[in-house]
Amino acid sequence: MAAKQLLKDHFIELRIFQHRSIVAILFTMFLFGILISRLFYLQISNHDHFTTLSQNNRVSVQAIPPTRGLIYDKNGIILAENLPSYTLQIIPEQTKDIDNLLEQLATLIDIRDVDIKKFKKEVHRKRRFEGIPLRFHLSDEEVAIISVNLHRLPGVEIQAQLTRFYPYGKETSHVVGYVGRINEQELKTLPVTNYSGTNHTGKLGIEKSYEALLHGQVGYQKVETNVRGRVLRVLERSNPTPGDDLYLNLDINLQKVAAEAFKGKRGALVAIDPQNGHVLAMLSMPDYDANLFVNGIDSKTYKALNSSWERPLFNRTLLGNYPPGSTTKPFFALAGLELNVISPDHEIFCPGYYQLKGKAHKYRDWKKWGHGKTNITKSIVESCDVFYYDLAFQLGIDKMHQFMSSFGFGQRSGIDILGERKGLMPSRAWKKRVHGQVWFPGETVITGIGQGYLLVTPLQLALATATLANGGKYYQPQLVHSIKRKSDPIPRLVSPQLVRQIPVKKKSNWAIIYHAMTEVIHGRRGTARRLNKPGMRYKIAGKTGTAQVFSVAQDSSYKEEGLEERLKDHAVFMAFAPVKNPKIAIAVVVENGGHGGSVAAPIAGKVIEAYLNQFSDEELKAPPKATPKPATSRKKTLRTKVKLTVKPEPDTTAALMIKENTHG
Amino acid sequence: MASRASQQGLFFRMHIDLTLLLGLIALIALGQVILYSAGGESMALMQRQWIRLGMAFVVMLVIAQISPDTMRRWSPVLFLFGTIMLVAVLLVGTKALGARRWLDLGLFRFQPSEMMKLAVPMMIAWFLAAGHIPPGNKRIFMALGILLLPVLLIARQPDLGTSLLVSSAGIFVIFMSGISWRLIAGFVMAGITFTVPLWLFLMRDYQRQRVLTMFNPESDPLGSGYHIIQSKIAIGSGGIFGKGWLNGTQSHLEFLPERHTDFIFSVFAEEFGFSGSLILLALYLFIIYRGIYITTQAHGTYARLLGSSVILTFLIYIFVNIGMVSGILPVVGVPLPLVSYGGTSVVTLMAGFGILMSIHTHRKLLAH
Repeated sequence: MAAKQLLKDHFIELRIFQHRSIVAILFTMFLFGILISRLFYLQISNHDHFTTLSQNNRVSVQAIPPTRGLIYDKNGIILAENLPSYTLQIIPEQTKDIDNLLEQLATLIDIRDVDIKKFKKEVHRKRRFEGIPLRFHLSDEEVAIISVNLHRLPGVEIQAQLTRFYPYGKETSHVVGYVGRINEQELKTLPVTNYSGTNHTGKLGIEKSYEALLHGQVGYQKVETNVRGRVLRVLERSNPTPGDDLYLNLDINLQKVAAEAFKGKRGALVAIDPQNGHVLAMLSMPDYDANLFVNGIDSKTYKALNSSWERPLFNRTLLGNYPPGSTTKPFFALAGLELNVISPDHEIFCPGYYQLKGKAHKYRDWKKWGHGKTNITKSIVESCDVFYYDLAFQLGIDKMHQFMSSFGFGQRSGIDILGERKGLMPSRAWKKRVHGQVWFPGETVITGIGQGYLLVTPLQLALATATLANGGKYYQPQLVHSIKRKSDPIPRLVSPQLVRQIPVKKKSNWAIIYHAMTEVIHGRRGTARRLNKPGMRYKIAGKTGTAQVFSVAQDSSYKEEGLEERLKDHAVFMAFAPVKNPKIAIAVVVENGGHGGSVAAPIAGKVIEAYLNQFSDEELKAPPKATPKPATSRKKTLRTKVKLTVKPEPDTTAALMIKENTHG
Repeated sequence: MASRASQQGLFFRMHIDLTLLLGLIALIALGQVILYSAGGESMALMQRQWIRLGMAFVVMLVIAQISPDTMRRWSPVLFLFGTIMLVAVLLVGTKALGARRWLDLGLFRFQPSEMMKLAVPMMIAWFLAAGHIPPGNKRIFMALGILLLPVLLIARQPDLGTSLLVSSAGIFVIFMSGISWRLIAGFVMAGITFTVPLWLFLMRDYQRQRVLTMFNPESDPLGSGYHIIQSKIAIGSGGIFGKGWLNGTQSHLEFLPERHTDFIFSVFAEEFGFSGSLILLALYLFIIYRGIYITTQAHGTYARLLGSSVILTFLIYIFVNIGMVSGILPVVGVPLPLVSYGGTSVVTLMAGFGILMSIHTHRKLLAH
């Protein structure tokens, strides 16, 4: 019975299924019937109508790329411009034998195999009526040769276009950066519509960070094309909006002076205006020519740049982590005073070494036989190590960490170009986190002379110096001074960003440090006394440093050559001037340069001199009663605007304090 | 004669249905011809597609080796896994072009909704085959419940095209199980009343816009109606015999966006005309009829239900794609099966044909 029931079920089920399959076939035929009648309707009944539409379908929209914004220095000298350049292109459709044509061209002008290879790749990707570039940057002579022979070169065209050019490509390569051809990765992130006519985008430096402003807005034109797509005439045009021009705080003359002074050396220099955080100079040496990258650098040159042990592509101002050495001493001395760990007349006896209680290890001073009786001023002027071993031990790493962090050590400054490193201001917590170890007292001791884990970038050191000089105002460093939209009559100013004011407990504490740092240059025994020249119109405050190289930079891909040289100490120097009215704060690192006083300080001296020479005696004097500065007409408009957005400090704190101290 | 029989026997033993295979090869070959034209004569693009097709063929052959019984046993597991993945996509999926469809698994990206095109009909076939045929009302509603969850999850991504294909795959299983015509009429009525809240609450703006411009493409000629207008011009200007291979002006002058993916049929119809379109449709019909034939010969409820769902979903692919490029259906993003450029759908489709081959070649041959 059960088996019979099952069989019957199976039979019913099969019948239902077969019935439904017939429905499915009918359904299929129904849907296909709809499709076929639709196609019949479109392709046969209305064929003529659609053919007409197709013939008339000749209006297409083309993108017009905007002109990229220009970049000027502080004084209106152009740093990045767009120059017309000539490109030779071939329209495949108009020529019968491309290979023959290429041979002919090669007899007229210089064409490399690489060019031909690139060209052939493009031929497969583009439409036959589109021009395909063969050679960029034709010289005037080459343009002339081709023009004369154009009649026997069917399909050859010379196109004028704008190409980015950096007049100071070498000096500004690390700051201004460069543009290059858009790569596949960038294609994914850049806004599609706005870049529809653009081939280049900022790759580095200002060009990259300010890409959104520099690029501008794309325009378009509606064109009538024939049925093959060639443009017959323009029907409608919407002009592109050019990119914004940028005026930098950078002074290209200073930059040139710095590059000249650095000749043959490796290292970095950063100069900042302590009154607003404006970056006046920023140099990483060795440099390279940014123009090489604009239309694609050839792989051989790139390889040579990239694998050189001198690392020209490495931007030392932002990425170089250096032990600051003795340049930290003024900061630690100030920490001692402000945190009441030492008094202004604190004095120690320096026997040439320092020992922790109950430990045998001797921390040596650079001066074997010691400095003898040493107070704060002497400790900075003669750079006594033992004084700071002891001070560091008294402060303890936690207080040191906190105080130094407020000056920006171990922190990103927020400068307006991308990619800066943080440096390192060690602390207990940091060591626990990274090394999983407790902090040892001995590590505090060596941190006191700027060694150990402590690492700074030249930018950080310059910024800390500026902050020290202006009485504790920590500004965010800025490269861009103002932004000029093409439609605006005057540029919009980027206002200075005061990040924090470090609390000043006693102005006299700061004055002690200024005095000591001034003695470093102008004192009889100062470590940078060679900067002291008779008849100077201003005084410089500074500190030398010599940083031991215990670990060679972060990467180990250096080659054998230059190995010995690399074991020499780094020379470090920081300074600001004029002491009574600081206008420039500077940090210089010369890699493997030896002593800071003899190698790094003279470079800083030249830059300071070049900068301050622009000012009158009146302006260099303190206190500056908001004297209007002489300026060209453009600068005038800028400067007047500065006053509106930035409240100029009528009295620089530093200037006041130094007065109190020296005469008090 | 004897040798031919033995050769067929060889394919049969390898679990390949030669007739279906030949139909697929002919279709794919024709598809490559038009892809070469639509893809701008790019060999690089062709080669990428060949790699995908190769993979898809391997998947088909592997699946053909699995017996329908094994598939049936694994159906609930596969369904459960797929549903969990769908939830995961909504939570941690990779976003692209405003939709969250992929799971980034480091090595490759996985699109769970694609898998559900097969997992859903498998699950519903498993569920219905476990009980009486035709199923009672209660079971039908439970089957609809099973279907609704993944469909809503996919619609949320949002992926209208795939949710449409997944729901039709499920509905075909229920239909083939012998649901009564009265109930079907009831559902149609309910469907109409359901459309209203769908329109008001569930559809995204861009989807609504698509539907609106479908009814009146001229209202937005440079925006969302642009595709349809240009596509209709391409198809219409093709005429009876077409403009010839590689000669389609509409498609080659870039008036047709996405011309090598969803709009590839427009290129085909422009270059090969009405006659060419009939040949393409004939190839599709051949494959569909072979599929339906296989299911009528199939053993077991599960195999019959699953097989017919797979082949009818294939039909829906064709209808929706050609319907949308010719302007009678909204643009929902369904590729022309086995012809459009793109990887995921090819693999799922071929996996579906693997199931059909498995059903045909795993029959217990006693009955014959």
